[in-house]
Amino acid sequence: MSSSAYVQLVDLAKHFGKVRALDGLNLEIAQGELVALLGPSGCGKTTALRALAGLQELDRGLLIVDDKDVTFQSANKRGMGMVFQAYSLFPHMTARENVEYGLKLRAHKTASDKRKARSAELLELVGLSTHANHFPHQLSGGQQQRVALARALAISPKVLLLDEPLSALDAKVRTQLREEIRRIQLELGTTTLFVTHDQEEALSIADRVGVMRNGQLEQIAAPSELYDRPKTAFVAEFVGLTNSIAGNVSSGSIEILGGVVKTLPGSVTSGTGIALIRPESLDVVASSSGNGTVFSASFLGASCRLTINMNDGTRVTAQLPSSESAGIGAGAKVAVSLLDMPVFVKAAG
Amino acid sequence: MKQSWGVRIWRWSIIAFVGTYLLVPLYAMYDFSTKPFGFQDKGRTFRAWSTIPGQPDLMPAITRSLITAAIVMGLILFLIVPTAIWVHLKLPALRRPFELLCLLPLAIPAIVIVVGIAPLYRWISIHMTESPISLAGVYSMLILPYTYRSLSAALDAVDIHTLAEASRTLGANTTRVIFGIIMPTIKTGIVNGSFIAIALVLGEYTISNILNYKTFQVVIAQIGRTNGNVAVAVSLASILFVLFLLLLIPTKKRRSTVLDVDLV
Repeated sequence: MSSSAYVQLVDLAKHFGKVRALDGLNLEIAQGELVALLGPSGCGKTTALRALAGLQELDRGLLIVDDKDVTFQSANKRGMGMVFQAYSLFPHMTARENVEYGLKLRAHKTASDKRKARSAELLELVGLSTHANHFPHQLSGGQQQRVALARALAISPKVLLLDEPLSALDAKVRTQLREEIRRIQLELGTTTLFVTHDQEEALSIADRVGVMRNGQLEQIAAPSELYDRPKTAFVAEFVGLTNSIAGNVSSGSIEILGGVVKTLPGSVTSGTGIALIRPESLDVVASSSGNGTVFSASFLGASCRLTINMNDGTRVTAQLPSSESAGIGAGAKVAVSLLDMPVFVKAAG
Repeated sequence: MKQSWGVRIWRWSIIAFVGTYLLVPLYAMYDFSTKPFGFQDKGRTFRAWSTIPGQPDLMPAITRSLITAAIVMGLILFLIVPTAIWVHLKLPALRRPFELLCLLPLAIPAIVIVVGIAPLYRWISIHMTESPISLAGVYSMLILPYTYRSLSAALDAVDIHTLAEASRTLGANTTRVIFGIIMPTIKTGIVNGSFIAIALVLGEYTISNILNYKTFQVVIAQIGRTNGNVAVAVSLASILFVLFLLLLIPTKKRRSTVLDVDLV
């Protein structure tokens, strides 16, 4: 166990009937770090977060925060700030009263003036100082989640826990708010655990992203490393798009699309394997004697996505910068090759 | 959008019909209670109404019934509401049995309840108190079907689990969660349930009469045996009083519009 870890989840296990929600989960978070847990539904990410909040009892495991064992501490004494997926503002209180609620419970420590100043400061931080006296039903979904964030931060939490706080919001608001969450987190330096099923959300704001599967952490790494150097086939396929192309593997390389590229650690080492290749790892140039024909082309703004039928009957997806895709439309003959980047190779079949 | 004349006429016809159906008996009561006594009065007289305060048993009975209603209300607030919240929050598997239990008083006739409960009240009147206020116990059972339905509907309308968890993470203990967060959130349901319960307690006759307690309705019935006009006047006054209580139920709708539809 590294000594720099501020939060440690050690060998967590939790069963719901026959379902293993957590199955020996280990996770460490450094102070001030934002870690996102990503995974498909039922992988145990929310259970892990709720266990850290004290809202979920565990079958086994240890929870350590700031060198203190909090495994059996009740939720109201843990000092965690949490923002929920569902709107959770207290409907009978104004935005300001909601933010002050946690401070009021610590009344003996927080004088009324200090409380008011703190709530004003936090509402300003989330850009809602003009809405301080509004009730939740007078606020939009995005505003409610921002007040919920201010409320969670008001108690200066040891760890900020975000349980898919953006999933109920529309796409534009979601993008704005996730950037705001990151800005505030960096400004305050709050250690944060963020659970989401949206990989774009996780990759864009987290210092590290943990991919969970069947109650265990499959891989945890910086977003770019997770994307470029996945350690398992599940991570490669779950994070981002992949093409599956078969080839022969030998001595740490695979032969595909007429070229040879290195394989990533954890890949199969010999025989036939399936290379999992990112669309942007494919190079496509117009060529009348090429090995494929463009089936369809989608313009995505800065880039262009091409679906290509290969001469051998397989179909691949490539993504090129828009500037390089000029003249490559549906029906165009193209030569597809692989950029010199290591790929993950899983066993065939 | 403007409603068509046909819809308006239909709506007002229904309101007029229901209004007449409800108001005619009240007017008949008013008419009967202001009819002249014998030959000395001519036209309308409020003699029956003016004798109400002088009725020897009436005022103490009203006071007792109101105290009983207040105790029932206390039991609702501090026993039934927290229990209903606890069942919804912590024991969801018990929701159905709890609901069934609460509906039982509706299925059992009052007379059967009295027969069952009479020995207990005999013991209470011998060893504890003869005051009709002790009826609060049996009344709080009788009002369960109405109060529980009202509470249950209010609890189902909000996500109390998330609210409870949010307040717990902010430092609230269970008592604070129930009394500080959930109860204010379902305030309308509690108020509705309580007022219906009060109306029921003030109007209950069978149990108190059979158990020989002089409550408001029992005294009205006694007065009715000697002076019909006064009994009807008191009944009308009590109906108006309960109506007044029911009108106190908050009807102000929350503005559901978002005041500022801004970016986030």
